[in-house]
Amino acid sequence: MSHGHDSEQVGHIVPLWLLFGVFFALIILTALTVWTATHLHLGAFNIWLALIIASMKATLVALFFMHLIWDKPYNGIVLVGAFMFVILFLGISLMDTAENMPDMYEGPAPAVATE
Amino acid sequence: MGKKHSSDGAGHAEHPKWMQHHFDTPSQQFASSKMGMWLFLATEVLLFAGLFCAYAVYRANHMEMFVFGHQFLDVKWGAINTCVLLFSSLTAAWSVRAAQVGQKTLMIVLLFLTMCCGGGFMAIKYVEYSHKIHDGLLWGTQYKPTGHAAEVIHGEEAHAAGDLGGAHGRVDAGHTEAEQVAAIEAAHGAKAAGDAKAAGDAHTAGDAHAAGDGNATTAAPPAEAGAMHATELPADVLAIDAAERSATQPAAIGPRGLVPVAETDAAHAEAGGHHWEGPIPDNVHIFFGIYFGMTGLHGIHVLIGMIILGWLIYRALKNDFSPEYFTPVDLGVLYWHLVDLIWIFLFPLLYLIG
Amino acid sequence: MNVTDTSITPADLGGYASREAESENFLSYPKGILSWLVTLDHKRIGILYLICILTAFFIGGMFALLIRTELLTPGPTIVDADTYNQLFTLHGAIMIFLFIIPGIPAALGNFALPLMLGAKDVAFPRLNLTSWYLWLIGAAFTVFSLVNGGADTGWTFYTPYSTQTDGAIISITMGVFILGFSSILTGLNFLVTIHRLRPPGMTWFKMPLFLWAIYGTAIMQVLATPVIGITMLLLIVERTLGFGIFDPALGGDPVLFQHFFWFYSHPAVYIMILPALGIMSEIFSVFSRKHIFGYKFIAFSSIVLAILSFLVWGHHMFPSGQSQLANFVFSALTFTVSIPTAIKMFNWLATMYKGEIVLKTPMLYALSFMFLFGIGGLTGLFLGALAVDIHLHDTYFVVAHFHYVMFGGTVIAFLAGLHYWWPKVFGRMYNETLGRIGAAIIFVGFNMTFLSQFVMGSQGMPRRYYNYLDEYTIYHHISTGGSYLMAVGFFLIAGYLLHSLLKGKRAPANPWGGNTLEWHVPSPPPYYNFKEAPRVGDPYDFSEIHWDERIEGYVFRKAEGSA
Ligand code: HEM
Ligand SMILES: [Cu+2]
Repeated sequence: MSHGHDSEQVGHIVPLWLLFGVFFALIILTALTVWTATHLHLGAFNIWLALIIASMKATLVALFFMHLIWDKPYNGIVLVGAFMFVILFLGISLMDTAENMPDMYEGPAPAVATE
Repeated sequence: MGKKHSSDGAGHAEHPKWMQHHFDTPSQQFASSKMGMWLFLATEVLLFAGLFCAYAVYRANHMEMFVFGHQFLDVKWGAINTCVLLFSSLTAAWSVRAAQVGQKTLMIVLLFLTMCCGGGFMAIKYVEYSHKIHDGLLWGTQYKPTGHAAEVIHGEEAHAAGDLGGAHGRVDAGHTEAEQVAAIEAAHGAKAAGDAKAAGDAHTAGDAHAAGDGNATTAAPPAEAGAMHATELPADVLAIDAAERSATQPAAIGPRGLVPVAETDAAHAEAGGHHWEGPIPDNVHIFFGIYFGMTGLHGIHVLIGMIILGWLIYRALKNDFSPEYFTPVDLGVLYWHLVDLIWIFLFPLLYLIG
Repeated sequence: MNVTDTSITPADLGGYASREAESENFLSYPKGILSWLVTLDHKRIGILYLICILTAFFIGGMFALLIRTELLTPGPTIVDADTYNQLFTLHGAIMIFLFIIPGIPAALGNFALPLMLGAKDVAFPRLNLTSWYLWLIGAAFTVFSLVNGGADTGWTFYTPYSTQTDGAIISITMGVFILGFSSILTGLNFLVTIHRLRPPGMTWFKMPLFLWAIYGTAIMQVLATPVIGITMLLLIVERTLGFGIFDPALGGDPVLFQHFFWFYSHPAVYIMILPALGIMSEIFSVFSRKHIFGYKFIAFSSIVLAILSFLVWGHHMFPSGQSQLANFVFSALTFTVSIPTAIKMFNWLATMYKGEIVLKTPMLYALSFMFLFGIGGLTGLFLGALAVDIHLHDTYFVVAHFHYVMFGGTVIAFLAGLHYWWPKVFGRMYNETLGRIGAAIIFVGFNMTFLSQFVMGSQGMPRRYYNYLDEYTIYHHISTGGSYLMAVGFFLIAGYLLHSLLKGKRAPANPWGGNTLEWHVPSPPPYYNFKEAPRVGDPYDFSEIHWDERIEGYVFRKAEGSA
C-alpha cells in the first residue's frame, strides 16, 4: 500500500533479489530444522523448536511470496485468524485428552453389569 | 478512475473483456478476487486442521507410536521434497512478477517449471508410498508389516503369523497371562534404564500407560474385554474413590485408549538404520494412518495445484493475461504457495520426530 | 417534492415507470427455463435455492410426521425399529444440512443481501451459481442414501457405530461433504460482497442489521465448515479403508470424533440462528415504525456470537468421557453465549416499546419468535449446567430444546422473512387474513408438539427411542397431535402463497414501510437492481415514509416544509 504507485496499480511487483533472498533463507531454515532434529537432543523441546522454525518459514512464504506484506491488511487477518482457530481447535482437544489420562482405567474397561 | 485502463487496454471497448459488469473499477475487482482467494485458503487451513488435531492428540498421548513409526520414513526424501516445493514456490512467485511486468514467455516457462516441481514432488511421494505399501506399513486394518519391516517389528516367529494390525488378530491366543506380565516387566526394565529412544522423552515418560506398561489403557473390543480381565480393575485404580474416577459408569467398551497388544516383547531391532531398543509400541498403525492421511490429502492438493497451473499456462498461451489483468495467475499461485505452506509444517512433524 | 395528483407517475410511487420498463423485472428478463438454470443473477439464484430448500423442508417434514405417527403408541405402530432409526436420521440430516443451514442465507440472503447493500450483484456470481449446483449434487447424495440402504446413525454420525452399521453412511456423508462446499462458497461470497461492493455512503454502520448477521454467519461458514469436511472424509476412509483413528477396536478414539463433529456443529447451530436474528432486527423495527434500539450493540453482538460459537462445542459432550476440566470450561463458556443473545432480545423489546406496532403476518411471526426462541435459549442454559445435563442429556428435553431454537427460532424467522420479502420477490401480495391464521396455527401446533417433549424429557424419556413406557403415552399423544396441526398450518401457508403467485394483488414497491434499500426499487426488482448507485441513509429512519392509499403501500416523501 505504501509503495509509490497509484491505487489503480494492482498488486506489488516484488524485486528479484528479494524473491531469491527469501528462497535461500527458506533453504537454510530447512537445513537448520533437519540439523536440530538429528543432532540436538532437547527432549520435548525439539518439537517446539521444529515448529518455531516451520512458523518462521511459513511467515516468510506468506509475507513475501504471497505478498501479504504489501496486501490489504484484511487478507493477513484472514490467514492469521485461520491459524488462531486451528490453535483453538487443537488446544482444547489436547487439553481434554491430556486431562483425561489420569481418569482412565488400566486395562480394558470392565463390562457393565447386566441383569 | 477506470479511464486509464480502458484507454491503454484493448483500446476499442468501453471496458476490457475481463472486467465484470458489477464491479466499478479493475482494482475493486482485483481486490475482491484476492480476498475471496484468501478466504478460500483459510478454509483449506481449517480442512487440514482436522488432521493436525488428530496428529497432536495422538502424539501428545502416545509419543511412542510416533517415535517408533517415524523411523520408517526417510528424512532424505522428505528434505529433498521440501526443497523441491520451496523451489517451486520461488518459480511461482517469480511467475507473478513476470506477469506483472509483461514478460509473457518467462511467465509461461516459470509456471511450467512450477508444475514440473509438483510432478517431481509427486514422483518422490510415489517412491515413498510404494515402499510403505510394499512393506505393509499402512493404516488401521491394512497395517500388515511384511519383509524387512516385519522382521524389525515382529521378530522372526511373528513373521510367519503375518497380521499384526488387524483388529481381530490382536490378542494372540499364544500369549498367556504370564507372558504378558513378563513383557510388562521387561518394559518396565527398559524404562528404568532410561532408554532415550523408547521412554526418555518427557511425553513418553509421562504417558506411562502406553510406553511403559505396554498393557496400556482401556478400550478393548467387548469380546476380548470379557475374556481377559472381566471386571477386575488394577488395585491402584480401585484405590481411587469411584466418584473421582469418572462421573459415568464405564461402558463395556472403555472410554478411550489403546487395545492391549500381545506384541510387547522387548525387542532389539534395526529399523530404517536406527537402533531400536525396548518394547515395540502398540498401535503403530495409527502413526501410519496419520502419515497417509496428511500426506495423502496434501498430495491431492498438489495434484489440484498442478491442474490449476496447467490451466494457467493454457490461458497464458491464449494471451489472456496482461500487466493489467493477471488475477488468475496471482490466485493460482497463492493456492500453490498454500500447498507449500502446509508441507512446511508436515515435514518436521512427520519426518523429524525425536 | 410536492406530490399533486396530476403530476404523479408510477415511478414516483416506487413502481416501474411504464409497462415496457416493467418487463425489465428480474422474473421476466431474460425469459426461458434455460435462462434460469444458467442465471448469474443473485435474485434468481435466491429463488432457485428457495424452491430447493422448500422441497427439502417438505421431505424432511414428511419424515417428521412419520416419526410422530410411529410414536403415537408404544411399540410398533406403523414401521419397524430399524426403519424408525432411518427415519429420524434422514429427518435430521435433511432438515439440518439441506434446509436450515442454506435456508436463510442462501435463499433469502442471496435475494436480499446485494439489494440491501446497494450492490449490483454478489462479488462472485458464478461461484454463487456453482454453490447452488453443489447443493443439488449434495442433496442427490443425501437422498440417495435413502434407497441405498438408509442411514441409521442419527445426524451426528457418531463412531464407532457409524463405522460398523450396514447403513448407507458413505453416500450420506459424501452428501454432507458436498453440501459443506456449497455452504462455504455462499459464505465466502457474502463476506467479499459486504467488504468490497458497498456503494459510496454505505459505511459499516449504515448497513442494515440483517447484513451484520449475514456477515457473522459467513465467518462461521468459512471457518467451521471445512472441519466437518475433513470429519466426513475421515469417516469415509474409516469405513472404506479401515483407517482406525476413530475406532476403539484399533486403538482409535471415538471421543475425538465428537470433538471434530461438534467443532463444526455447534458453530453450525449459530449458522442457523444468526441470520434469523438478523431478520428479526429488520422486522421489529419496521413493524414498530420506530428506529431500532441499540444498533451498534445488535451489530456487534452478531460478531461476538459468531466468535463465541467456536468456544462451546464441548457442551454436547458432557457425558461422553470428555475430561472433567474440559466439561467445566465448556460449561462456563456456554453461559457466556447467553449474553450477546440477550442483548439482542432486550434491544428488540426496547425497539417495540412505545412503537406503533403493526400486527401484520411477519410481525406475528416475529412475536412468536421472541417467545419460542426465548424458551429455547433459556432451556439451553439448563443443558449447559453440568450437573443438570447429566440427567437431561439424550432425553426429549434436548429434542425440545433444539426444536425451540431451530424451529421456533430459525424456521419461524424464515417464515417471517419469507412473508416480509414475498411481495418484493414476486411482486404479489398474499392474503393477509390467511397469513395471520397460518401464523397462529403454527404457533399453537408448535407448542403442543414440543412443550410436551420438555415434560417427558425431564421425566426421563430418552431421545431416538422406538418404544416407551406407558407413562409417557399422554405426552406423545399431545406431541403427535400438535405435529398434525402444524402440518395443516403449513399446507395452508403453501396454499395461499401459491395462490398469491397466480391471483395475488400487485405488490407496491414498499408494502410495509421499510427503509432499507430493497424497498427503494420496484417490486419485483429490475434485473440490474439499481440504475445508479443508490442514495444511502439511515436504514431505520421512518420519518419520511408515509402510507399512500392509492397504491396501498408506503411512499418516500420529505416531511412538509423540509424540501
Ligand atoms: C443460549 C443459547 C444456547 C445454549 C446455552 C445451548 C445449550 C445447549 C446444550 C448444553 C446442548 C447439549 C445438550 C445435550 O446434548 O445434553 C444443546 C443441544 C443442542 N442445541 Fe443448543 N444451546 C443454545 C442455543 C441453540 C441454538 C440457537 C441452536 C440452533 C439454532 C441450538 C441447537 C442445538 C441442537 C441442534 C442441539 C442438539 C444436538 C444433538 O445432540 O443432536 N442451540 N444446546
Ligand atoms: Cu451447542
